[in-house]
Amino acid sequence: MGNIAWVLKMAIRDFRKNFSRLLLFVSSMVIGIAALVGISSFGDNLKNDIENQSKELVGADLVLDNSTPLGSQPTDSIALAQADEINFASMVAFPSSGESRLTQVRVLEGDFPFYGKLETLPVEAESTFRAGGRKALVEKILMAQFNAVVGDSIKVGDVTFVIEGELQKVPGQTGIAATVAPAVYIPMEYAQETGLIQFGSRLKYLRYYQLSDDVNPDELVERYGEQWQEDRIDADTVEDRRRQTGRSFDNLTNFLSLVAFIALLLGCVGVASAVNVFVKEKLASVAVLRCLGVSAWDAMKIYLFQILLMGLVGSVIGSFLGTALQFVLPTVFKDFLPVEVSMAVSWSSVGFGILTGLIVAFLFALLPLLKMRKVSPMATLRPEEGETTLKKDPLRWAVILGILLFIFGFSYILLDGWKAALGFTGFVVFAFAALWAVAIGIMWVIKRFLPISLNYPIRQALANLYRPNNQTVSLIATIGLGTAMISTLFFIQGQLLDEAKFADKEDQPNMLLFDIQDYQVDSVITSVKNRDLPILQQVPIVTMALESINGMTKKGNDTLPDEEKRSRGLYNREFRVTYRDTLISSERLLKGKLRKVENPGDSIFVSFDQGYAMRTGLNVGDEIIFNVQGRPIKTYIGSFRDVKFNQVSTNFLVLFPEGVLNNAPKFHVVITKTKNDRQSADMQAEIVRKYPNISVINLGAIVETLEEILGKISFVIQFMAFFSIATGILVLISSLIISKYQRMRESILLRTLGADSGVVGKINTMEYFFLGSLASLSGIVLSFLATYLLSKFVFQLPFRGPYLEAFMVYLCITILTIILGWLNGRKIIKKAPMEILRG
Amino acid sequence: MSILSVKDVSKTYQSGNRRLTVLDQVNFDIQAGESIAIVGPSGSGKTTLLGLCAGLDSSSTGSVILNGNAFEKLSEDQRAAARSRDVGFIFQNFQLLPTLTALENVMVPLELKKRKDAKERALELLEKVGLKDRVTHYPTQLSGGEQQRVSIARAFANEPKILFADEPTGNLDTETGEMIEDLIFNLNKEKGTTLILVTHDPELAKRTDRIINIKGGKIQEEIHG
Repeated sequence: MGNIAWVLKMAIRDFRKNFSRLLLFVSSMVIGIAALVGISSFGDNLKNDIENQSKELVGADLVLDNSTPLGSQPTDSIALAQADEINFASMVAFPSSGESRLTQVRVLEGDFPFYGKLETLPVEAESTFRAGGRKALVEKILMAQFNAVVGDSIKVGDVTFVIEGELQKVPGQTGIAATVAPAVYIPMEYAQETGLIQFGSRLKYLRYYQLSDDVNPDELVERYGEQWQEDRIDADTVEDRRRQTGRSFDNLTNFLSLVAFIALLLGCVGVASAVNVFVKEKLASVAVLRCLGVSAWDAMKIYLFQILLMGLVGSVIGSFLGTALQFVLPTVFKDFLPVEVSMAVSWSSVGFGILTGLIVAFLFALLPLLKMRKVSPMATLRPEEGETTLKKDPLRWAVILGILLFIFGFSYILLDGWKAALGFTGFVVFAFAALWAVAIGIMWVIKRFLPISLNYPIRQALANLYRPNNQTVSLIATIGLGTAMISTLFFIQGQLLDEAKFADKEDQPNMLLFDIQDYQVDSVITSVKNRDLPILQQVPIVTMALESINGMTKKGNDTLPDEEKRSRGLYNREFRVTYRDTLISSERLLKGKLRKVENPGDSIFVSFDQGYAMRTGLNVGDEIIFNVQGRPIKTYIGSFRDVKFNQVSTNFLVLFPEGVLNNAPKFHVVITKTKNDRQSADMQAEIVRKYPNISVINLGAIVETLEEILGKISFVIQFMAFFSIATGILVLISSLIISKYQRMRESILLRTLGADSGVVGKINTMEYFFLGSLASLSGIVLSFLATYLLSKFVFQLPFRGPYLEAFMVYLCITILTIILGWLNGRKIIKKAPMEILRG
Repeated sequence: MSILSVKDVSKTYQSGNRRLTVLDQVNFDIQAGESIAIVGPSGSGKTTLLGLCAGLDSSSTGSVILNGNAFEKLSEDQRAAARSRDVGFIFQNFQLLPTLTALENVMVPLELKKRKDAKERALELLEKVGLKDRVTHYPTQLSGGEQQRVSIARAFANEPKILFADEPTGNLDTETGEMIEDLIFNLNKEKGTTLILVTHDPELAKRTDRIINIKGGKIQEEIHG
């Protein structure tokens, strides 16, 4: 009978008694929805803010940049105002402490930024810095690192500046960028005096323009773009930056939404498992309703409506929490945000969250609810006939297909590509299937091989894992996946740091001196040797650009159809190459061979990094003409190398043979190995003092920066993984509460038969110990697999089993499960058996 | 006029390689207004027969015709509709819906029939079974006897043509059991309903017009009262 009004009435009647339990069921999905709505709202607000603050992102209407001085440009006369900057990496020293560090020096002239401002402490430093004199603005992270205060000195090249102010914020710059390369601003009038503007310095010249409202910067790019391209000048407009930044953050929020979606899926497993228990308890009522003449579908709908209602309640609560969560997110992401993020309720995100919640509640609850259709009214007379199975039910497979399509559709929207969506769906299916298989396998093994001779509480606890109404599958799936996610993050982070630290082995270099001019090489080598340090490598570097590939110039390439066109970056790139006839330890020949130039006039064969060649479509045998300081040199690609870029070493995309570039203008890199931090610091101090233009990188500093960056990234990732873990815990709690009533009668029967509360408590504790252990171990095994795959294929690192970390994760999860289980069961243990039998 | 006709009904179950015959070629007719008791030892097939007669299950062979409807020709949902229209049930373990109050439990069959006066009618019935003051109570708040009285009120709510009772006093003490028996027979007489009950209790069986004794899935004898 299709009496929807009556079905609704019955659903509401039944709901009164089930409210608290159903609330528990949907609580598992609340966190997932909250994460989803929080991220989505944050993304919406961020998008709006990028839109509204796009001028502050750039600080100007138009920016030109090049690696050579820009000279006069046609836009100079159009602009209302302009400012120039030279930007380069260099060592700076703090004379008070004698310490030094590699920084990003920004030499400024003019009133940049035209939009937004350099936020300084004290506030007036922003303007007094521009008033003239040897004054510098120094990034706060740098000030903190060297305990410097305003008024101290800082030495950039040959010039000592007074620190006028501490830079708090630079338009468009993120905290993470400041960590990687903290900035020091100095006035343009001292640029030459520093001695850092010389050949070999990797300089970037920028010009910022402020335009009147009636001038469209994009039209200027259109008008002068061709000439700028010819001159290798990059032009960046507000619109470009807005699009670029918007796209990056769209990608970021989409990725974070996927992580939140995983938490939601975990919650859904909890919902499905809780509804499964709920359905089992309701089968008797369904049989009665069937007896009274209610159709199979109507009987099922009574419970489906309740689940949907609770799905709605859960989604609304989740959306509410998510909206509140977005107030926390700017703090979490502060190091990654280029703009101030405002707070506003994003109704579209709230709607999206509620709709998603309803869909998942429907799909995941429907799976167990379908059983209700199969309940025979005979079960009123014979309860054993209430047990139903769905194995051959085509609707069950239709619902499973629906779930897969939903996951695929959701990830398709976020990942914007069917291949990526398919990959994500495949990953989810694999992870769940693997954990499901593990859980089923464990239950089978225990059931089959549980020795009768085992100590009674342990035997009882193990048996509880496969007995009817157990929560083994759902707990192993949810806690296992949560553990897998968070462990993988920990393991990968540890792996990356270990790799950096392990690089400091006996035979490996740990200090790199670069930007050494030809005339400085001998004295630098002497300095190094005077400290009893070895010269592990002394590498000449020549800069050049690519003129043509197989006769195709940049201009010609631009006229080709898109599918034949090579990346413009290939032509625009400034190549830094070296020359030698042998490979070093970080290189391996993959294709072709290294060929020497024996006689003048021999063809020149260069070697390319295979990865780069693949990405840019280059092949062995291709003819490449390089432009070396204005002189064309015809070469052929003779070989491909595999270059390991993760070692402290000089690695090059292009390697020339000896005898071709020996007389070209060049600079040098010297690599050495210090024995300890003290020696590193002394060597660095001497170099910076004697040769201010030479930059020094030591492994200790790299590890430190890496740790800092990974710390910031991992905080964000851990924050996101928290949702999965929290969902896992909620699923655990709700499963425990649901199973409490299932286990209660058994515990009481045991106590009636004379078991003291100690035995019952021991059984409970052991059961949760086994559950926690199995779930966390399954997750850890999965995370080992993920870490191995990521190490091998993404980071190209050797896999080292993080066994200690794994053991810590195992302990944490297992102890947490035992504590929650104990908290849940202690009331039952304390109660008198009669009290419960009567109740 | 026959309200229930059972013709050559057999019920077999497949248990592994074994075929288990629970009912074997059972035949009988029941006239409207008649009351009969199905008696027999445990495992004799009483409950299976009751389930088949009420359309809760389908027979392996033979035909069950209730009020002109041959159950074997109906789908499960059509049988449910027939139950809603013609049948009332009283169970040994009461089978009240635990999340509904006494009143709501009685209202269910009336609402299924879309009766506008469902509430008034249910209240009337509850008053008749002596539970006027307990209408808002949930089953767990009622004693066994009270629950069975709610169950009786529910069974008579849709004025069924035939009432099936499975050990209606099986879970009650003697005194309460007798009170329930009286209630069933009085209402049965008052409404002119046909009554089929399954029981172990010979005294209860004796109160019916006819006793069908079943053993090993076959009718052993019919005793007319």
